[in-house]
Amino acid sequence: MVLSHRLGEWAGHAPVLEEEVALANIALDLLGQARVLLSLAGDEDELAFLREERSFRNLQLVEQPGGDFAHTIARQLYFSTYQHLLYAELAAGDGPFAPLAAKAVKEVAYHRDHAEQWTLRLGDGTETSHERMRRACDALWRFTGEMFQPVEGLDTVDWPELEARWLQSVTDVLGRATLPLPEGPRTGAWSAGAGRQGLHTEPFGRMLAEMQHLHRSHPGATW
Amino acid sequence: MATAAAAQRTARTEADGTPDTVDTTAYQRVFDAAVAADERIEPRDWMPDAYRATLVRQIAQHAHSEIIGMQPEANWITRAPSLRRKAILMAKVQDEAGHGLYLYSAAETLGTSREELLDKLHSGRQKYSSIFNYPTLTWADVGAIGWLVDGAAITNQVPLCRCSYGPYARAMVRICKEESFHQRQGYELLLALSKGTAEQHAMAQDAVNRWWWPSLMMFGPPDDESQHSAQSMEWKIKRHSNDELRQRFVDICVPQAESLGLALPDPDLRWNEERGHYDFGPIDWTEFWDVLKGNGPCNEQRITQRRRAHDEGAWVREAAAAYAAKHSTGRADTTGETGHETEAERA
Repeated sequence: MVLSHRLGEWAGHAPVLEEEVALANIALDLLGQARVLLSLAGDEDELAFLREERSFRNLQLVEQPGGDFAHTIARQLYFSTYQHLLYAELAAGDGPFAPLAAKAVKEVAYHRDHAEQWTLRLGDGTETSHERMRRACDALWRFTGEMFQPVEGLDTVDWPELEARWLQSVTDVLGRATLPLPEGPRTGAWSAGAGRQGLHTEPFGRMLAEMQHLHRSHPGATW
Repeated sequence: MATAAAAQRTARTEADGTPDTVDTTAYQRVFDAAVAADERIEPRDWMPDAYRATLVRQIAQHAHSEIIGMQPEANWITRAPSLRRKAILMAKVQDEAGHGLYLYSAAETLGTSREELLDKLHSGRQKYSSIFNYPTLTWADVGAIGWLVDGAAITNQVPLCRCSYGPYARAMVRICKEESFHQRQGYELLLALSKGTAEQHAMAQDAVNRWWWPSLMMFGPPDDESQHSAQSMEWKIKRHSNDELRQRFVDICVPQAESLGLALPDPDLRWNEERGHYDFGPIDWTEFWDVLKGNGPCNEQRITQRRRAHDEGAWVREAAAAYAAKHSTGRADTTGETGHETEAERA
């Protein structure tokens, strides 16, 4: 839901018309997945619009502001690769999330492909785009370790193994894009699993203020 | 269509001259006959220069309107009050980008390019619908746009599905289907507000008050001041006059407003038994021309945002082109496009 919101911020601002369509499409897929998940846990709108920042359990990666197009693509590459690997595994099992994952895996395969294609274009495009993409990959690198902290309820997932496959895939894509693999830690003392505990980065509160304002201004109203 | 193409070929053979000495009367005759017979003119058919220019202007303006029209609605995506409404709004704005793409493609069949047209939009040499120079101040505006603005657009565009130029007519068939869907959603949004709390109802009424007259202006100037109308109707690009379509729209809206429980802000609005239509009050044409000249509430903001998106995206487009050039050997690579095309088709 949070990443969908961030992608929604691009509407009317994309570098090319085709990307208006593509980014909105990805945002819609993600919002659809979020609505199914939230509805399993309770009332989707209550959960989206009436929780405080400290009660949100999203990854810090997805709440990072859009930045330039390269940041958006780097964020998407990291997250879609993770989501695709995770959903493929869940879809193959018989856990409670298997049906949801089976539907979502087709969508996230497309998101991953889209992010990979753009990583190649930007990394192996012009000097400027190479430099921008490199900076974006670096900037978001420290939020990627968080994705592999074990999640309650997903007990069958082999997290270290998932992480190894993620790292291999990202290394491969960045290599083909002529981009160096970012150096430095993939988690900080603060960011390791922090989002999952309701500890977020500063831009997140502002995002929620905007997102929740109207809903909160009319308590009990239906829309 | 087939007959027209065959006749065009015959005419071409008959005329048989070098390009600059070609006698166009034979072509003109075939063109006129095709239009008279309600046949479609296709990209490779001969057409009068003025017909081509009119179509480029109209289709481009239509495409630009879809693109600029994303802004007032996108303004509310991050603030939509429920996840369902947010999804609907995102899908709508996405559709508008898609409509822009269809329309630029249709315009390109006339020998122009998307880049050229965007350049004309950014430099103010081509216009977009004046309605998008009004601001969206509350959530209810999203509903009012759906109901009234899309409603007016559909009234205008349904006859274009029979327009004499084939690619435009076919684009309109696809677009009108999606537009009527949006319009119903806008109506439904307003209905929820109208039947909601007192504050929600007031929000809906306020939005309708602000959008009603600008929506009526979408049909263009009155017939006696519309410079392109007569020629466009002769060419069967246009099928009805501005005032006819405006009247049709008013007649449709009045009962809809009643079932919404919202008032239309016009004290002169009443049923005229004799005409079989609703009479309505005078439109403020000074405001219309003023907005058209660039002095509306959001003209500056809309075009600035569009230019900024384009300028800030330049490095991305350059990267895509550079990448395509490097990797063009062996397979056809398309610039700036990815797998999302299949997505657009799916949607």
